[in-house]
Amino acid sequence: MIDFELTPEQQEAIKIAHEFSKEQFRPVSRYYDEHEHESPQELIDKTWEKRYEGTLALGLDVTAALRIEELCWGDAGLFLCIPGPALGGAAVFSSGTKEQLGRFLGSFNEGGPKWGAMAMTEPHAGSDTAAISATAVRDGDEWVLNGEKIFVTMGKRALEDSDGFVVVWATVDKSAGRAGMKSFVVLAGTPGMRIEKLEKKLGIRASDTATIVFDNCRIPFDNILGSPEVKKTETKGFRGAMATFDATRPIIAAQAIGVGRAALDFVKETLENKGIRIRYGTPRQKLTALERDIMEMEANYEAAKLLTLRALWMMSQAQPNSLESSMAKTKAGLAVTKITQKAVEIMGPLGYSRKHLLEKWMRDGKINDIFEGTGQINMLVTARRVLNYSRDQLK
Amino acid sequence: MISFSPTEEQQMIVSMVKQFASDEIRKIYRECDESSEIPDSVVDTAWRMGLISNNIPEEYGGFGGEHSAITGSLIAEELAWGDLSMAIHILCPALFSYPILEMGTDTQRKKYLPLFCDEQYKVATAALIEPHFGFDPCSLSTIAQLEGNEYVLNGEKCYVPLATEADFLLVYAAENSNSQGFIIEKDTKGLEISERENNMGIKALATYELSLKNCRVPKENRLGGPDGCDFHRILNCSRVALSAMAVGVAKAAFEYSRDYAKERVAFGEPIASRQTIAFMLAEMAIEIDATRLMTWEAAWKLDREEEATKEASLVKGYADDMAIMVTDRAVQILGGHGYVREHPVELWLRNGRGFVTFDGMAIV
Repeated sequence: MIDFELTPEQQEAIKIAHEFSKEQFRPVSRYYDEHEHESPQELIDKTWEKRYEGTLALGLDVTAALRIEELCWGDAGLFLCIPGPALGGAAVFSSGTKEQLGRFLGSFNEGGPKWGAMAMTEPHAGSDTAAISATAVRDGDEWVLNGEKIFVTMGKRALEDSDGFVVVWATVDKSAGRAGMKSFVVLAGTPGMRIEKLEKKLGIRASDTATIVFDNCRIPFDNILGSPEVKKTETKGFRGAMATFDATRPIIAAQAIGVGRAALDFVKETLENKGIRIRYGTPRQKLTALERDIMEMEANYEAAKLLTLRALWMMSQAQPNSLESSMAKTKAGLAVTKITQKAVEIMGPLGYSRKHLLEKWMRDGKINDIFEGTGQINMLVTARRVLNYSRDQLK
Repeated sequence: MISFSPTEEQQMIVSMVKQFASDEIRKIYRECDESSEIPDSVVDTAWRMGLISNNIPEEYGGFGGEHSAITGSLIAEELAWGDLSMAIHILCPALFSYPILEMGTDTQRKKYLPLFCDEQYKVATAALIEPHFGFDPCSLSTIAQLEGNEYVLNGEKCYVPLATEADFLLVYAAENSNSQGFIIEKDTKGLEISERENNMGIKALATYELSLKNCRVPKENRLGGPDGCDFHRILNCSRVALSAMAVGVAKAAFEYSRDYAKERVAFGEPIASRQTIAFMLAEMAIEIDATRLMTWEAAWKLDREEEATKEASLVKGYADDMAIMVTDRAVQILGGHGYVREHPVELWLRNGRGFVTFDGMAIV
C-alpha cells in the first residue's frame, strides 16, 4: 500500500532528534563555523553518552534519513562530528563478512567515542574512482598499503582522536583495472599511517576533512573486505564500492534535505512574522514573485525528500536501488543548493550577514552537491541506468 | 508506515489499464489528433473496465470498490501515457459523478449515480474554467443567485469537455463569493453551448465554450444541497488527477526520446552516449519520478480526508513545469525530426503545454 504515514517510533525519533538539534547544535553552530578544527568536545561526549538510547544512533533506512534531516537542520557540520562508524561502517556493512562485521563494528559502542571513515579520493582521482593509485601488496599474513588519500571526512577523528578505523580503497593489481580494486580496514594507531593535512573549507567546518598518507602501512591479511582474489573478468571489489554508494547516497541526500529545510524554515518564519502569508492554491498569475519562489523551494524540498525516502525504502525491501539512490542524491544536491541560495537572495541583508545562520547553511549545503559523488557524477550514473548503458557506452 | 508499493489490487488495475493504453489508445492516438475525433469503440472498451463504476457503492448499482485518489492517480497516469485527449474523454463522466458520490445529497446520489453504472458510457461533464484573463477558481465570474426556489446562473465557461453530448453538467459558480457546484441538465433554458473549441493541444478531445444566460435550476440542484460542497477538495482532487496525467504524458515523451537517442547515430555514436543528451534524459527521469511521488503523497492526503491544498497545489505547479520541461526536451532530442508530425513528440509538447491552463478537467 502506498503510504506516507510515519510510525510512532519514527515520529518519536524525529522529535528527539529535532529537540537535540535545536538545543545542542544551533546555539554553538556559529562558534564552530568560526573556529574551524576546534573539537566540539562537550557535544561529542553528550552524543556518545546517548548512543545506547538508540535515538541518535544512525543507520541506513527511512528512519535514519528522517533523523538525519532533523540533525542537519540543526547543523550539518556538527552532525558529521557525531561519533559513529559513518561511511566506513557503511562500507563494512555492504561488503564485509559476518566475522568482519563483528570484529570491526561489534565493539564499536564500547569505550570512548569512536568514528569510522572512508578513504577513496586521491589527489589525482576524484569522481573517477577506478583510477585510484594507492596500492596494497600482500606480504605473508599482511597487506602493505602505500598511497595518499584526500578529502577523508572525519579522518582525523577516526584515526587520531579515537580508536576508530578507516576503510581504504586500493588496488592489488594495477593491470587488472577495476577488478583489482579492493577495500581494506585500517585501525587507528596502525604504524605507517599519518594524517598529513586538514582542509580549510567553504562550509561544514566543524567536521574534519583529512589527508591520510600510507607509507608501508601493514595490516592483517583478513582486513580486506570481500575476496582477495583478482579475476580480471570480475569487478566485485569495485562493485562493492558502488554498492556502498547505493546505501550512502540517500543518506547524503537526507543531510542535504535537512540543510535545505533549515533555510526554508528560516525564510518562512521571517515572512510569517512580517504577516506575509503564502497563498497556496492561488493561480500563478496572481501570485507574487516571492510566493512563487517559496513554492518552488518547497516543492523542490518535497521532491528531493520523497526520492530519498523511496531509495532507502527500496533498500530495506532488498530491491536494487542504484538508479533511485543516484536520482535522490542528484536531486537533493541540486535542491539544497537552489533552496539555500534562493533563501539568501530573498532575505536580502539578513541572508548575507553572518549575524544569522542562513549564509552558513548556503555554504554548508553545497557540500551535498559534491561529496559521495558530485551532482554531475550522480547524473552520469542516473543516465547510464536510465539508458541501460555501460561506462564504455556513456563516458 | 512509509511505503511506495501499490496494493495488489491497484497493481492489477494498473496493468489492465496499461495494457489497454498500449493496445488500444496508442494505435490510434495520432490519427485522433489529426482528425479531432475519438472513436466511440475505444471509449466503450475503456468504460467496460469499470474504472468509474467500480467506485460507486453497490446500492447505486456500482461494484462498491473503495474510491481512492491514489488508485485514481495510478489510472490517470496510465491513460494519459496512452493519450491525454482520450484519458480526459474516458474519465470525463467522473467530473460529474465523483463530486456527487463524495458530496451529493442522498437524493442526488440516488438520482445520478446509477446512471454511471450502466454498461453504456454515460456522458456527463463539469464546467469550471472561464474565458478571461486572471481566471481564479476561487473567485469565479460566473454567478449563482438564489431566487425563490431556483438558482439563477449567469456567466461564461470554457474548456468544457464533451459539453454537447453531456446529459448533465456540473457548473461551478460563485454564490456569495464562494465557489459552489450546480447540476444543470442538458437543454435547460439559458444554457448555450458554442462551437467546439480549437486548441493548441488535446485536439482529439471535444471541448466547448458555453454561456449561461439567466439559466434557472431548482434549488435542489446545488451540489450537496443546503450544505453545499467542499470546493477546495474538488479542486485538490482535480490537481492530483491532472498532475498524474502530466506524469503520464511526460513519461510517454521521455520513453520515446530515450529510445530515439539510443538509435540515432551522429558522429559515429548514438547521440545518447553524449552527456548533453544523456543528462537531459537523466533529469527528465528524475523529475518524472519526483512528480509522481508528490502526486501520490497529495492523493494519500486526500484519501485520508485531510486538508491537502498545500500538497495538491504544490504538486500541480511542479507537474505543470515538469510536463513542459520534459516534452520540450523530447522534441529537442529529436531535433528536426521532433518538429515533424511523423513523430509523436510534437503532440506531447502541445499536450504538455496545456497542463498549466487546465483546471478541473479531470478528477480522482
